[in-house]
Amino acid sequence: MSKILIIAEHLDGKLNPSTAKCVSAAKAVGGDIHIAVLAADPTAIAAEAARIEGVGKVLAVANAANAHAIAQVLAPQIAKLAEGYSHVFGPSTTFGKDLMPCVAALLGSAQVSDVMTVESSHVFKRPIYAGNAIITVEAPSDRPVVATIRVASWAAAGEGGSAAVENASVEASLPTHTKFVELKQGKSDRPDLQSAPRVVSGGRGVGSAENFSIIFSLADKLGAGVGASRAAVDAGYVPNDMQVGQTGKIIAPELYVAIGISGAIQHLTGIKDAGTIVAINKDAEAPIFEVADIGLVGDLFQIVPELEKAL
Amino acid sequence: MKILVAYKRVVDYNVRIQVKPDGSGVVTDGVKLSANPFDDIALEEALRLREKGVASEVIVATIAPADAQPHLRNGLAMGANRAIHVVSDGPIEPLTAARALLKLIEKEQPGLVLMGKQAIDDDANQTGQMLATLWGRPQATFAGKVDIADNRATVIREVDAGLETLDVELPAVITTDLRLNEPRFIKLPDIMKAKSKPLETVPFADLGVEGGNQLKVSHYAPPPKRSRGVMVKDVPELVSALKSKGLL
Ligand SMILES: Cc1cc2nc3c(=O)[nH]c(=O)nc-3n(C[C@H](O)[C@H](O)[C@H](O)COP(=O)(O)OP(=O)(O)OC[C@H]3O[C@@H](n4cnc5c(N)ncnc54)[C@H](O)[C@@H]3O)c2cc1C
Ligand SMILES: Nc1ncnc2c1ncn2[C@@H]1O[C@H](COP(=O)(O)O)[C@@H](O)[C@H]1O
Repeated sequence: MSKILIIAEHLDGKLNPSTAKCVSAAKAVGGDIHIAVLAADPTAIAAEAARIEGVGKVLAVANAANAHAIAQVLAPQIAKLAEGYSHVFGPSTTFGKDLMPCVAALLGSAQVSDVMTVESSHVFKRPIYAGNAIITVEAPSDRPVVATIRVASWAAAGEGGSAAVENASVEASLPTHTKFVELKQGKSDRPDLQSAPRVVSGGRGVGSAENFSIIFSLADKLGAGVGASRAAVDAGYVPNDMQVGQTGKIIAPELYVAIGISGAIQHLTGIKDAGTIVAINKDAEAPIFEVADIGLVGDLFQIVPELEKAL
Repeated sequence: MKILVAYKRVVDYNVRIQVKPDGSGVVTDGVKLSANPFDDIALEEALRLREKGVASEVIVATIAPADAQPHLRNGLAMGANRAIHVVSDGPIEPLTAARALLKLIEKEQPGLVLMGKQAIDDDANQTGQMLATLWGRPQATFAGKVDIADNRATVIREVDAGLETLDVELPAVITTDLRLNEPRFIKLPDIMKAKSKPLETVPFADLGVEGGNQLKVSHYAPPPKRSRGVMVKDVPELVSALKSKGLL
């Protein structure tokens, strides 16, 4: 039977919803599901993790060195914790992408990145070529499976669990070569881009940082999170954490509104799993219309304020 | 200081990938191959560090079949001093690539390794992290800005929450994000000059690295297709379309 260890993602003392998504993927594998919380003070986070439905046990590792998620510090501890587990899962967020390959290298396992579906305990589907092909991969059964779980493909496991929390101590020599300096967080009261059911995104067509206010304003009316194309980020209209796409965030909202975005494949990769895509673009030939469920051709500077009023 | 740049050749990012009808792979015959865009950014960063006097030599390295020589010549034409071609038969996994790159590091002793955050063919996003781990050195992934001073690198990383700054001791592995820089274009005279730059070839088997892939790919499928929906002519129609889908 499988025994799965999930590495919790957390920030500022709070568990990231990506962890409960990994639990869903682990449930699809089946077996014992444990969560490891590595932090300076894991108490509150571990309690949160213990409430996720389907979790059998939470391992809390307290260490001042774990105050920030430094991959080369966390990985040796996780490799120790992983003894006896058949699977080690982390989310395909920047946290998991940074960390999990280090764990895989220590365990001598080839990593399966971005698991979309679980076919069986060792067979998974994952995207390659910016999602233009989906491959079925089989991992060997003679070593631990290390994988990242594509968060846009999985719903978060529910609450209502009551797993035991166990304080774990791990003996591993930890490097001191890396110093955390700071994290500048995009402060926003808006719904989180990666979990919001509605997202409004602006592209190069929006034209400037000032003009982006009409995107924010529409989003607020809809109670939506706000995203952007790479071109909009590169042009400095909005910060990098708002980028949607192959190299930004992969999201799956129920409603995605693309405004002044042409629909390059790299952008579309980020929204393939969206429920309904609405596109507003002045160019009737823009490729975004090939995938949009509802398209409206016209000038965004007229349409967006009008739409906001009509809501 | 030497900088080693891991420089992978991939299907050009403008190519629309097609899955073969029998699910045995993707069509790669006759498609345009280019440097992985992130690796061009890595090379550009290395060249700028050399121009600033931080680095003395830039080496591009690739693990690829024998026909990848022109790819390395491009890296030389962009400005690398020399190239190393580890000749492999077919595609290799990130763990194998990391093990092979480690062998090159042991020989070359670079002060910095620059590579892409992900190769846009397998989209694995693993090799740099694996290499840093096997090497026992720091990593700074998804770099948007790199400053080097006093044998340390200060790296601003593009993470989901915003921008994180790490300060790492060298030697280290840094993987690039898109906004780190804009790679230069190759000029014609440089293509000529590149022809006489050193390009060393090493058979993969000579590295003493375990080959063979752990992961077995059994099937390739196209993604579920999203089809073109309806076009509405104005805002009131858009609002009613959204309402009829229960989205408003
Ligand atoms: C390796 C790699 C990775 C990448 N990763 C990403 C990624 O993660 N995410 C991403 O988004 N891109 C990514 N890109 C970039 C991508 O290829 C495109 O360049 C980018 O998505 C274009 O952004 P855009 O649609 O905003 O800009 P453009 O393509 O310039 O489109 C702007 C659109 O706005 C419309 N417009 C202009 N004015 C108006 C107006 N007044 N009213 C209505 N419409 C208007 C235009 O008709 C046009 O369609 C990547 C590229 C590479 C090479
Ligand atoms: N075969 C290879 N040859 C050279 N560099 C590679 C190779 N495979 C991976 N890399 C490097 O590792 C990075 C990440 O690749 P990946 O982990 O496959 O997404 C790439 O951007 C390259 O810099």
